[in-house]
Amino acid sequence: MATAGLSAQRTGGLGAAWRNPRVRGIIYQIVVVGLLAALIAFLVNNTITNLAIRQIRTGYDFLAQQAGFNIGEHVIPFAPSDSYGRAIVVGFLNTLKVSILGIIIASAIGVLMGIARLSSNWLLAKVAMVYIEIVRNIPLLLQLFFWYAIISQLLPNPRDALVPVPGFALSKMGLQMPALIYDPGQTPLVIIFLISMIAAYFYYRWARRRQAATGREPKLLLPIIGLIVLPTLVAYLVLGAPLHFDVPTFTRFNYQGGTSITPEFLALLVGLSIYTGSFIAENVRSGILGVPWGQSEASSALGLRRGQQMRLVVLPQALRIIVPPTTSQYLNLTKNSSLAVAIGYPDLLSVTNTTLNQTGQAIECISIMMGIYLVISLAISLFMNWYNKRVALVER
Amino acid sequence: MQQVDHLTTTPEAPPRGSSGAFVWVRKNLFGSIFSSILTLVICGLIIWFVPSLVEWALIKAVWPGAGADACRAASGEGACWAVIGDKWRLIIFGRYPFDEHWRPTLAMLVLMGTVLVSCDRRFWSARLIVVWILGMLVFLWLMGGGFGLTSVPTGLWGGLPLTMMLAFFGMVVAFPLAILLALGRRSSLPLIKVVSVVYIELIRGVPLISLLFMGSFLLPLFMPAGTTIDAVLRAQIAIILFQAAYLAETIRGGLQALPKGQSEAADALALGYWKTQLLIVLPQALKISIPPIVGSLISLFKDTSLVAIVSLSDLLLSMRQAMGDPVWRPFFVEAFLFIMLIYWAFCFSMSKYSQYLERTLETGHRRR
Repeated sequence: MATAGLSAQRTGGLGAAWRNPRVRGIIYQIVVVGLLAALIAFLVNNTITNLAIRQIRTGYDFLAQQAGFNIGEHVIPFAPSDSYGRAIVVGFLNTLKVSILGIIIASAIGVLMGIARLSSNWLLAKVAMVYIEIVRNIPLLLQLFFWYAIISQLLPNPRDALVPVPGFALSKMGLQMPALIYDPGQTPLVIIFLISMIAAYFYYRWARRRQAATGREPKLLLPIIGLIVLPTLVAYLVLGAPLHFDVPTFTRFNYQGGTSITPEFLALLVGLSIYTGSFIAENVRSGILGVPWGQSEASSALGLRRGQQMRLVVLPQALRIIVPPTTSQYLNLTKNSSLAVAIGYPDLLSVTNTTLNQTGQAIECISIMMGIYLVISLAISLFMNWYNKRVALVER
Repeated sequence: MQQVDHLTTTPEAPPRGSSGAFVWVRKNLFGSIFSSILTLVICGLIIWFVPSLVEWALIKAVWPGAGADACRAASGEGACWAVIGDKWRLIIFGRYPFDEHWRPTLAMLVLMGTVLVSCDRRFWSARLIVVWILGMLVFLWLMGGGFGLTSVPTGLWGGLPLTMMLAFFGMVVAFPLAILLALGRRSSLPLIKVVSVVYIELIRGVPLISLLFMGSFLLPLFMPAGTTIDAVLRAQIAIILFQAAYLAETIRGGLQALPKGQSEAADALALGYWKTQLLIVLPQALKISIPPIVGSLISLFKDTSLVAIVSLSDLLLSMRQAMGDPVWRPFFVEAFLFIMLIYWAFCFSMSKYSQYLERTLETGHRRR
């Protein structure tokens, strides 16, 4: 045995090659890639056989066919006579709509609750803790079903809808809201409003530069409010008050006029925001705790009030701890919006699922759907990485 | 002795006005004007909300044993816990044959026992693998039958045992896969690294529900013609593939937190790659990543509820099926609260366990 081993070592040969890490690495890679290729070939081969047996024609030309089903909610016009391709785009836009709104609301909830969790007020901190610990530990799908059941079954009929603010009505049919009626005077009004916003922004930048140069703090709040409100108000009066709202009114059986938010969308938005908000709150909390206590002490030595300490000193530094985990929460929210399929909101997944059931093009539909989700995930990651770089530069 | 006596003499009382309930209240509830307003508002809300909640949930509630008529009479005033009394077995066990309910009960106990054993640090060793394999086999035997028990097809499995199986089996089977993927992602071999990265990022980029759809629509196409795969198995496979990608990232976090000196020292001792990983790197890296691994198990436990969308009667769907009964349908809120409590109890105790581990495991292995 020993002599055999020795001679193998001396003569080189296979044994020696195996002992060379580089050769071994190459062999490992060849084996892994070979196995993977064999697996893929096996699956593809099976798929081709199965498709032949079931006589399914592959290809993406079904996208141009007439869809034939209706989509209850659409950002762009859609009718059953439109194509499957357009239906999928409508679903994609619905996913984007609920994700973007959800991200905004969840961030607001998260920041408020995260700060509340660390409040010096014991009662507030406990309330925030109870919210976080309950919501985080119950499956999102269960919460969505719960909200949907509450909205669609326990809320009153449209006849005696809840009216929290005049013009808004909450009922089994969803939320009815006033809608803006088009008026030609609106365009100049909007333009003037935007211009005054830009002017206010430049005034803010000028004030900040002046404060940095002279150390004196120019008046901020009143001039900015004045800059925004006054020109818009004057324009509004001059243009003959061009803002009219179509307020929903209850007729015999249902609400007429205004716009409405469907119960499905409402349940999805509420569920996603509350659920993701609890995770973001934890991120915010650990971000704030990650900023050394000395920072708060130093800023209070400089005479900053608690609100100012939080806004000017602690939060900017906490952001670089908060941003990376919050990015993945945004990604989760977007992916979780696919649970819409369970409560009947026509998002990307639910529309693709309908398409799949009608056409039987499983491979095509699922690949389109997964491809789109991958692109969305990638886009959010890229944007948040860019933002992360920006906040990271703030520190030394 | 004397010194001790000296120390145990009564300490002086703290300065007046620095302790006591009144001071605590003033500091923590009325620290500033804003804080006082908040306290008053929250107290107002509690006074407005809690008594009516107590009245609904306890005082005017209809307790198990009463019929649906009693609930209907109390509708809107008191909770109908009678619905839980009537439906709990359907909710917990789904459509599993009624006379055989002792089997899923025992199976759940076996699985819980295995989980609890794994929670105790004294049992952390390679032997746990054997315990888990045995536990899983016993679970499957009790659920599925054979060897003296009547066989129950997986189509009838449901409720909490199914939820627990999907979560814990998914975790345990995904674990070795995840370790390989995490090592692969940090490997110096380019092809292996590419394969791992692509797999992890692909899976993490799409929703779990799309993987479950893929399992139910595409897996039958991928398999050799004529073979059929059980629906529960398809969902379990999708969950394993999904969990492996997420777990791999968690473990990679632990690998990255480990100082490079550890593997360099192993190199200096002339250990090969696998010996370095198995004896030096992984034991320390896994220890660092145990709290996030428990966190990942919590997510998985909640995510198993998505199988309800592909029509597997897990706890969520079996509750909805049980509430399909027109007699009890109006009292869905109570049924929802019941399974929310079950999910919550599992996830909350796991998160408390993870926090406990985080405190006790901190022994300074982390890179500073």
